[in-house]
Amino acid sequence: MTVLVQRSLPRFGGFTFGMIKLELRRMMRNKRTVIFTLVLPAVFFLLFGTNASAKHETAGGGNVTGYIMVSMAVYGAMLATTSGGAMVSIERAAGWSRQLRLTPLKPVAYIAVKLVLAMIIGAVSVVVTFAVGSASGAKLPVHAWIECALLAWVCALVFAAFGLFMGYLLPSENVMQILGPVLAVLAFAGGLFAPLDTFGHTFATIAKFTPVYGVGQLARYPLTHDGNLWLAVLNVVAWTLIFSIGAMWRFRRDTARV
Amino acid sequence: MTLTASPGTAARGAAEPAVDLDGVVKRFGAVTAVDGISLKIRPGEVVALLGPNGAGKTTTVDMLLGLAAPTAGSVQVYGRKPHDAVALGLVSAVMQTGGLLKDYTVEETVRLTAVLFGKPESAVGEALDRAGIADIGKRMVGKCSGGQQQRLRFAMALLPDPELLILDEPTTGMDVGGRHDFWQAIRQDAQGGRTVIFATHYLEEADAYADRVVFVRRGRIVADGTAAEVKALASGRTVRATLPGAVEADIRDKTGAETVEIRGDSVYLHGRDTDAIARYLLNETAARDLEITSRNLEEAFLTLTADDAESAK
Repeated sequence: MTVLVQRSLPRFGGFTFGMIKLELRRMMRNKRTVIFTLVLPAVFFLLFGTNASAKHETAGGGNVTGYIMVSMAVYGAMLATTSGGAMVSIERAAGWSRQLRLTPLKPVAYIAVKLVLAMIIGAVSVVVTFAVGSASGAKLPVHAWIECALLAWVCALVFAAFGLFMGYLLPSENVMQILGPVLAVLAFAGGLFAPLDTFGHTFATIAKFTPVYGVGQLARYPLTHDGNLWLAVLNVVAWTLIFSIGAMWRFRRDTARV
Repeated sequence: MTLTASPGTAARGAAEPAVDLDGVVKRFGAVTAVDGISLKIRPGEVVALLGPNGAGKTTTVDMLLGLAAPTAGSVQVYGRKPHDAVALGLVSAVMQTGGLLKDYTVEETVRLTAVLFGKPESAVGEALDRAGIADIGKRMVGKCSGGQQQRLRFAMALLPDPELLILDEPTTGMDVGGRHDFWQAIRQDAQGGRTVIFATHYLEEADAYADRVVFVRRGRIVADGTAAEVKALASGRTVRATLPGAVEADIRDKTGAETVEIRGDSVYLHGRDTDAIARYLLNETAARDLEITSRNLEEAFLTLTADDAESAK
């Protein structure tokens, strides 16, 4: 008597733009996310980067205001991608991940959705800071406007992996309250808030091994053509691997348990 | 003590079972949550999984949904591995708590579920309607009452149009009105022939809504049958009749009743097979005004789930 409806599994493990659209709407509803990822970096830029001396002093092919704008865009992108990745922590705490296991959505597709989301808000954050910058006296060579923005954005993938790793590691409802200060310290150590040569020699050497250093150097390279490019690339690749392996390890544990 | 009464197995048994648990054991470290459960559920049955807290109901439900893997034994749902059945939308569930995000609206939550199952737009409104929450679609989930959230979980569970719907303590924390409305919705839905399994410790729910009641205690099935059968198996029923001049020993021998009590012209016979007792009284004696009463499920529940001296032996 059993007449079964023809049933099939969705394509791509359940990865859909419909889900991304809904998730994006939900993220934008969270005022804290919007303030931290879109407003804060632009405000920092206006505070630290738009005084008269910064506008007149040159940096590479542009001015110091432009240099600080790129640094703040990197900071914004890393805040945005980290909080995008760290969404999994809130969703695990709420039992939502468990609910999703009652759907055809494959865990890998879920991670892919989170990464895409992280990169979308990362892009928005970079665009906002650059838009504010162009309206407030930042000067970059034309090619650097595009290249710096792209690099700041692409390299923030490191922090999407970092966010995921932390999201699986810390089962906390307000994981960003922990990660916010951590990111600020990392950004400082990586030379986003002040150039490394203002640190002592020992600190400057240690700083080169921290995860933000490589991203900052790379993103500013089209402007400055300064520093060791390959060292920066190595830094970004190494930290991406470390955070991705960490995220995979926790992710596997998480899916095996249930 | 294991009592078994599988209603109508012979009559309909041939069809593929909706659920087939075979010797299922689940241990968490030193704790055995499920201790050898074998259970077949046929398509279309409405089954209550009844037992005290910690009896292993939720663990069993988790294994049916592929959220936990059995330590030993096998679990099949419509002949498939549980997670495959879930992914295909053959099975869905209303879980007890959690599983909702506060910053989605009711409608968005259902919409997302529809997207994940690859269902068309129209399925969203339909599920909201059937769960009775179409009017609060724009409300944030975090602002919904416990009952509304539960009906939202129900709407999500309806979306894949499952063959089997599993409800884990679905009305915990609801007020009487909410509970009534929720069961109203489930009942309407089950008329379409959906198989329903619900775990509960509300006896009246099992009594009122289940075709079949499976009592679980300490990870084992202790009784299985219709609510009426289980009540009878657990505690027996009482036949009262008017029979002047009855002789106690005589009636006990002829009817096989466990206890016989005579009060004036009335006899009270307590036993498991009250049909046979009644048949004897009406056919072979001058008994009249016959009544059969059963204890309620609550008493049966207490009898079956109590840690009595017998089980300690």
